[in-house]
Amino acid sequence: MDALDWALLVARVVAVFAALLVAVMLTIWFERKVIADFQTRTGPLRAGPRGILITLADGIKLFFKEGILPAMVDRPVYLIAPVIAMLPAFLAFAVVPFGTSVTLFGREVPFQVADLNVGILWILAMTSMGVYAVVLAGWASGSNYPLLGAVRSSAQMISYEVGMGLAIVAVLTYSGELSMTGVIEAQSRVWNVIPQFPAFVVFLIGGLAETNRPPFDLAEAESELVAGFHTEYSGIRFAMFFLGEYLNTVTVAAVATTLFLGGWRGPWFDGFAPWLGPLLWFVVKVVAVLYVFVLIRATLPRMRYDRLMNFGWKVLIPFGLVWVLLTGAVVVLPQEIGRRGVLLAGAAVLGLVLLASFVAPLVQRRREVAS
Amino acid sequence: MTPDLDLVPFVPELVLVAAAIVGLLYEALARGPRYPVHLAVALAGIVVASGATLALWRYGGDPTVLAGAIATDRLAVLARLTVLGAAFCGLLLGTHAIERDPAAARGEFFPLLLFATTGMTLIVAAADLIVVFLALEVLSLSLYVLTGLPGRRAASEASLKYFLLGAFSSAFFLYGVAMVYGATGTTRIPEIANALVGRTGEQGLALLAAALLLIGLGFKVSAAPFHMWTPDVYQGAPTSVTAFMSAATKVAAFAALIRVFDVGLQALRWDWTPLVAALAAVSVVLGSVLAIAQADVKRMLAYSSVAHAGFILTGLTASNADGIGASLFYLIAYSAMTIGSFAVVGVTTTRGEDRTDLDAYRGLYRRDPHLAAAMALFLVSLAGVPPTAGFIAKVGVFGAAIGAGYVWLALLGVLASVAAAYVYLRVIVLMFMVEPEEALVSDPAPLPRIAIAIGAAIVLVLGLFPGLVTDLVRSAAVLRW
Amino acid sequence: MSADQLVFWIFAPIAVAGAIGMLLSRNAVHAALFLVVNLFCIAVMYLLLEAPFLFAVQIIVYAGAIMVLFLFVIMLLGVDRGDDLREPLIGQRPLAVILAAAFVVEIAVAVRAGIGFATMAPEGFDAVNRDGNARALARVLFREYFLPFEVTSLLLIVAAVAAMVLAHRRARAVTQAELERLGLLEPPREEAPSP
Repeated sequence: MDALDWALLVARVVAVFAALLVAVMLTIWFERKVIADFQTRTGPLRAGPRGILITLADGIKLFFKEGILPAMVDRPVYLIAPVIAMLPAFLAFAVVPFGTSVTLFGREVPFQVADLNVGILWILAMTSMGVYAVVLAGWASGSNYPLLGAVRSSAQMISYEVGMGLAIVAVLTYSGELSMTGVIEAQSRVWNVIPQFPAFVVFLIGGLAETNRPPFDLAEAESELVAGFHTEYSGIRFAMFFLGEYLNTVTVAAVATTLFLGGWRGPWFDGFAPWLGPLLWFVVKVVAVLYVFVLIRATLPRMRYDRLMNFGWKVLIPFGLVWVLLTGAVVVLPQEIGRRGVLLAGAAVLGLVLLASFVAPLVQRRREVAS
Repeated sequence: MTPDLDLVPFVPELVLVAAAIVGLLYEALARGPRYPVHLAVALAGIVVASGATLALWRYGGDPTVLAGAIATDRLAVLARLTVLGAAFCGLLLGTHAIERDPAAARGEFFPLLLFATTGMTLIVAAADLIVVFLALEVLSLSLYVLTGLPGRRAASEASLKYFLLGAFSSAFFLYGVAMVYGATGTTRIPEIANALVGRTGEQGLALLAAALLLIGLGFKVSAAPFHMWTPDVYQGAPTSVTAFMSAATKVAAFAALIRVFDVGLQALRWDWTPLVAALAAVSVVLGSVLAIAQADVKRMLAYSSVAHAGFILTGLTASNADGIGASLFYLIAYSAMTIGSFAVVGVTTTRGEDRTDLDAYRGLYRRDPHLAAAMALFLVSLAGVPPTAGFIAKVGVFGAAIGAGYVWLALLGVLASVAAAYVYLRVIVLMFMVEPEEALVSDPAPLPRIAIAIGAAIVLVLGLFPGLVTDLVRSAAVLRW
Repeated sequence: MSADQLVFWIFAPIAVAGAIGMLLSRNAVHAALFLVVNLFCIAVMYLLLEAPFLFAVQIIVYAGAIMVLFLFVIMLLGVDRGDDLREPLIGQRPLAVILAAAFVVEIAVAVRAGIGFATMAPEGFDAVNRDGNARALARVLFREYFLPFEVTSLLLIVAAVAAMVLAHRRARAVTQAELERLGLLEPPREEAPSP
């Protein structure tokens, strides 16, 4: 690597950083507008055309507000927590390819910060680090509601991370690749969302829970916990949490796009700026996923805590496990026993599932009667 | 390259795990009276596993199978059978404990005991240090929970102590495994031996590994000075669990120790036998002396178990087929005596765990002559008096030590045996020559008495006709690798 | 100095500082956080050693899952402030320091004498890692080490059962006879049968 490579790498990092900030700004505006539509309001109007600069205005306001440091806080942890909220979200995006590549100064520059050969695991690692922000903020605030929010969310995020991880395992088993570019390569014929639709659903649910978005925003449930883990935060530090949360949302949407929706793939004519098409397709798909997120927020009420945990452990994770098993069978069995065997095995599995679905309610009813 | 999939030498473990999982599912799904079914499933598992083990006696395949993870020699077979026998008796005792106190009973006792047994049978056959470590953890984890199962204060305290110290010793063992890997580049025990043979250079790393492994395994066999947990855990645990683990854990850990040191580190034997001798000397003296001061039978037997760990280590100083054979014989004999004596402790009074002090034995002969006779037999055997198994066993290990040049150790062992005899004779005197003061009633339940009868029979048979097993033990002591 | 060495000399001191900080901090949450820092730096070391799979797993499992549960328990039990750390047994602490120091020196000497401090990757590492570290690891794990791998799953079952047995104590129905024995209940009175 020479100086030019280094310069291009730094340029890529800065570009992605800036692009993510702009993306967050637009996402917040987009969400407010869509929700306003659902509620037959107009939403933000004044800052910029159709209120598009509203987030910028909010950010400036928060930046100049007084940052209050409550008396009971654990200073170092309290100050670090907001930074941790943003960092993993930025870092996770590093392995997401948002386009093909472009030739600059005689070098091929990929539209991706780093093509780690364990890219998918990197995403999992970074989302799992995201828990710390919430947990530490809640604990360091030295106050009860934030602590409750932190305890809730650590349990929630750990639980749903397992479900999300299982969905990812299914995808990487199916495509046989751990790197993000490899996953996109594997989707050249058909997007993963079609053969792996159940995994897609599990991933979206897990992603919503990981980012603390409604209907899984129990860590900051305003009707119960004031504002949850960030109750004691104000000014720029609060803004960092806000930013982190939306960064996470954008990242999850981008990862969902890459893993399930073919990434930057899409029809484009070759003649004109061959790098532009993939980039546009990527953005369009991410916006589509974000729209689904907003749609869910606008329609579903917040879950009750016990139902949240029940759903996570008793529905999502078993379902994910079964799906991983089936995916593994589909991938491995054709090599082992041929197509006929696959059909037989599939029939057997289906039969077992049917049997279980008949037996399980019976057992349950017997239990209820007995107790 | 795919690994050879000869699962035959692994069948005993598969059977045990299957039985344990059936037990777990049954516990989760069934209602109503469950213990007879649990007992039947677990006993069936143990019996089938024993049959599968017996079939391995004439196994003619490779010395190690499953990519070098499982050894197929007769040491594994014999040690497995001993462990399974201990588990059989432990199940009988545990079922009785559950019948006596249904309120504190947990159905998970049966699967956990089977898991512990699986760990033990696996560790005696493990030919890879990673498998040794995993098996060690499986058996330890199950035993921690079995210890604390009744949920009483004493049991929970014992469980916690066992867990903390056990985790600490596991770390030592694991560190030793890492050092072995650093020194030889492998964790397969036969390959370690090959790597160390004929090496002339610096052996510092391998020696450090030997010391760390000895600490880790020394903890499990409760050799002094790594015995601190033994009295508290033996006393706090339910008596049935104590009986099981005092016998089976020792067999398992000693078998692992034999395989690791007499196969893997055979080339370094001039360096580690003095260490083993030192451990043996400390254990024998400390165990015998401290047993004298105990007023609680379970504590007394715990210190006696420390002393017996020392005697077995005495045999291992020989580091040859003689020493291994003597130690194996000792392990079989000790298992029978210790299970038998703890089984007696469990039924001396109907109040079970509440009365384990020596006073409960006053005039036991008047109350229950059979029980007193059995206890006397076990205690005499523990003391090492002819014509019991304990005597033959002691002669064997002392002979092996003398053959290896450790005359002082054998002398020390004899002296300590004499001192320890006081401990056992005191209880015998209490049982036979003192009038009972309290109106205590001994527990008439049949299951523990079966276990006592099995133990007594083995002690007597091994004492009177040791030739019945010496041939088996001798062929098991020849390690194939 | 190559890029690898640069990264090493940035992260190694942080790892050591994290470990020392964990030992010295009195607040349980701070100690846990220092440990997270340490684990993260160790993960970076794996990356430098061309073991990216271990790197990711280290972060996911240790830093991401285990330490979060640690924090969860610390917060739930509220053991994070004002613990009495005085030693009930006199002399244990200095003795422990001396013995620990001796142990560290012994290990360092033995390792130095035995294999030296390695300065390069083991032979054939590149060949093994040819089509990806994750694949290489999978090949070893599911061939040479598949029995240990399966035994690990057994260990996890035991651990799960153990945790449930210890944590989930069934509410015990206390019988009337027991209450009487404990003197918590008056003996039942004879009552006229209700019509």
